Amino acid sequence: MASAPGVNYLNEKSGLWSWLTTLDHKRIGILYMISVMIFFAIGGAFAMLIRYELFAPGSQLVDGATYNRYMTFHGAIMVFMVIIPGIPAFLGNFIMPIMLGAKDVAFPRVNLMSWYCLMIGATVAFISLFYNGVDTGWTFYTPYSITTKNGTTWMVVGAFIIGFSSILTGLNFIATVHKLRAPGMSFWRMPLFVWSLYSTAILQVLATPVLAITLVLLLMERLMLVGIFDPALGGDPVLFQHFFWFYSHPAVYIMILPAMGVVSELIATYSQKTIFGYKAIALSSVGIAAVSFFVWGHHMFVSGQSEVAGVVFSFITMLVGVPTAIKVFNWTATLYKGSVKFDAPLLYALGFLFLFTIGGVTGIILAVVGVDVHFHDTYFVVAHFHYVMVGGTLMAIMGGIFYWFPKMFGRLVHDGMARLSFVLIFAGFNVTFFPQFILGANGMPRRYFDYIPAYESLNKISSIGAWTIGIGFLVGLFVIIHGLLRGEKAGPNPWNSRTLEWQTPSPPPHENFITQPVVTAGPYEYR
Amino acid sequence: MSTVSTNHGEHHHAHHFDSAEAEYEASKFGTWTFLVTEILMFGGLFVGYIIFHQKFPEMFHAGSKFLDWKLGAFNTVVLLISSLTMALSIYYAQHNDKAKTLFNLYVTLICGGIFMVVKYFEYTHKIHMGLLPGALFNPQGAEAEAAFAAYSNLGMYFSFYFTMTGLHGSHVLVGMGLIAWCIVRTHRGEFSSKYWTPLECVGLFWHLVDLIWIYLFPLLYLIG
Amino acid sequence: MSSGGHDSHIPLKTYFNILVALLILTVVTVAAARVDFGAFNTIIALGIASAKAFLVLGWFMHLKFDDKIYWVMFGTSIFGLVLLYFFSVLDIYTRIMQISPL
Repeated sequence: MASAPGVNYLNEKSGLWSWLTTLDHKRIGILYMISVMIFFAIGGAFAMLIRYELFAPGSQLVDGATYNRYMTFHGAIMVFMVIIPGIPAFLGNFIMPIMLGAKDVAFPRVNLMSWYCLMIGATVAFISLFYNGVDTGWTFYTPYSITTKNGTTWMVVGAFIIGFSSILTGLNFIATVHKLRAPGMSFWRMPLFVWSLYSTAILQVLATPVLAITLVLLLMERLMLVGIFDPALGGDPVLFQHFFWFYSHPAVYIMILPAMGVVSELIATYSQKTIFGYKAIALSSVGIAAVSFFVWGHHMFVSGQSEVAGVVFSFITMLVGVPTAIKVFNWTATLYKGSVKFDAPLLYALGFLFLFTIGGVTGIILAVVGVDVHFHDTYFVVAHFHYVMVGGTLMAIMGGIFYWFPKMFGRLVHDGMARLSFVLIFAGFNVTFFPQFILGANGMPRRYFDYIPAYESLNKISSIGAWTIGIGFLVGLFVIIHGLLRGEKAGPNPWNSRTLEWQTPSPPPHENFITQPVVTAGPYEYR
Repeated sequence: MSTVSTNHGEHHHAHHFDSAEAEYEASKFGTWTFLVTEILMFGGLFVGYIIFHQKFPEMFHAGSKFLDWKLGAFNTVVLLISSLTMALSIYYAQHNDKAKTLFNLYVTLICGGIFMVVKYFEYTHKIHMGLLPGALFNPQGAEAEAAFAAYSNLGMYFSFYFTMTGLHGSHVLVGMGLIAWCIVRTHRGEFSSKYWTPLECVGLFWHLVDLIWIYLFPLLYLIG
Repeated sequence: MSSGGHDSHIPLKTYFNILVALLILTVVTVAAARVDFGAFNTIIALGIASAKAFLVLGWFMHLKFDDKIYWVMFGTSIFGLVLLYFFSVLDIYTRIMQISPL
């Protein structure tokens, strides 16, 4: 079914209904893009409010109970609705089948269903706002989450449904990678973005069902008092944390692995050089995925978990540093003596390298049991995971959007404005979160709306930084809208990349390629 | 899979697959991936069960005394037979025998129904005796009260009983719905030696439901 | 689909034999439960259940005649559960088994 010239996935059909019922992975990717951006705006608004409240000691805006709801919504929205679907379901959905030379994902209807799961789950989760909100934090720790009388039930049901969205995306990607590669596209010719998505998909499929059953048990606990997590009835509240983190630690890698894949693509393309250590990067993705199942207890060092378990988890956790460092060194080696072009996407990738390394190294610090007892539930932890999640994943999402924007919409973004957004986000980010390392080391606990006056100056700096990030993302949004409306027309391959998605027109036609591609070489054969 | 079926019993594979063979393989692969998620979801419950069983062996034993192993064994046999007929229906579909395919699918559906009816009687009996999960546990009758006096957290056993069998039962219901859908499509003559993908996938799901019961039966009814 | 497919070479009789084996194992597991093997009760029951599971997986679900990757997938899921069990129990054994409040 060859398309007429000029007909692409954007203009072949029109009307809202054609979008809501589409089975085209590219259109579903765009649906995800829009919904994730909306969720990000909501979660970001909560972050801005949190930083406003923390601008000075005492109550600025809200009381403690309301602050708990803000922080829960910020966390739950950003984790379940932004970062987890962010790269796989949006960029991955759009790009991965094209990278493999496939016409679509393996199960297009399941793909659409997973988007509806996300939307329904998000709607259910937001209903909790009308039932006095949720104040448990995004982790729903028992026993508090059993007894708190408010919208927690709705939020838990919402997270359960969103979990299915994640499972279905992962299932689809695994089947696509195994069954729909173009002729000649062997596993060792797959782009590294695909490798990272494949590892992510394995995590989604293996870990998310355990979250589902944990949330079911939590619901049973709330509605029927089954007592499995309730010590008064012989249950074990720490078991909830085991089950929860069996999912949620791999989920951390569900969030960061795709970002690593994006960065691999960006660095290879903008260095115009064969990526250094292709197999090492590919296998380290799988390695990170595997190790992630052995380390969840490092979230529970002060939960009452036994010392034996703590020491074992502490040791295994440090192993995560090995595959992660392999990636960082290989990216650096790729840049070395490359024909590096400092376009906005590469700046984001470099920002990722810088910030993710800080986030990763502080992670090793936190993996030490003795140190974590001091740092646990302080702003040191907050700064650590924001360096990984925001400094890592969000940087990669922004870089990925600007990199693949010409492919998605056939237009170039304004590079200068995109660089400005990077400068604002990068600078603002460090201003926000670096002081939080110091605050945490000085003992400021997380999840409180108030603090002692000694922490005031660093908190003021942090808040100002947060608002700078906010402005940076608004600039980024402006760049996207400007690119959509006024952007220069882009050719099929504006960055002179070698991966398959750039060998088809921008935007791609309905079934991605005009003629079925046959792969004869690896994805990064530059020179 | 945007499968397009015409009234002539011909199956056209979806546009993004190279061949019907590739589509069949991908569908089966996807179904197995889904089964993996099911195993892990049920597995979470099994892990919880085993942990607490090790912690309170006597209490679990006392709880299992309230379950009728004869009904459990009967249900096991019913599900095993339904698994056979499910496999047979695929066998006959591959041999273009529509009548026997339908017969076996109906038997599978009926077995699922029998299973749920037995389950219903078991549940009403438990509810009647007040053998309810956790804090709702409210023993009625001398036997139950004596057991409760001996083990104050006996409700936990029934927490597991109702959660595990309830989740399993909901899967039986979903499986019955899927089998009914297969029956409708078999009536329309859509399956043949050239195309039986939905039967294969529903069959795998149904066997998994059986598989889970194979473990639930001894854990809940026998060793308690 | 190529005519025949992957599993139609299992003869009809095999399916019935598998059912008979499964029913026999069901009787065995019920009988075994009436004898007290002490600590081995659970292990014996789970062992018989696993034998039944192997029959269902291998023949009814055609795993024995299919691509090896399906064994890998099935094995991975079981491995995930073993991990969940192992590390949870590692904590619980060293924490509360001895000092249970009940």
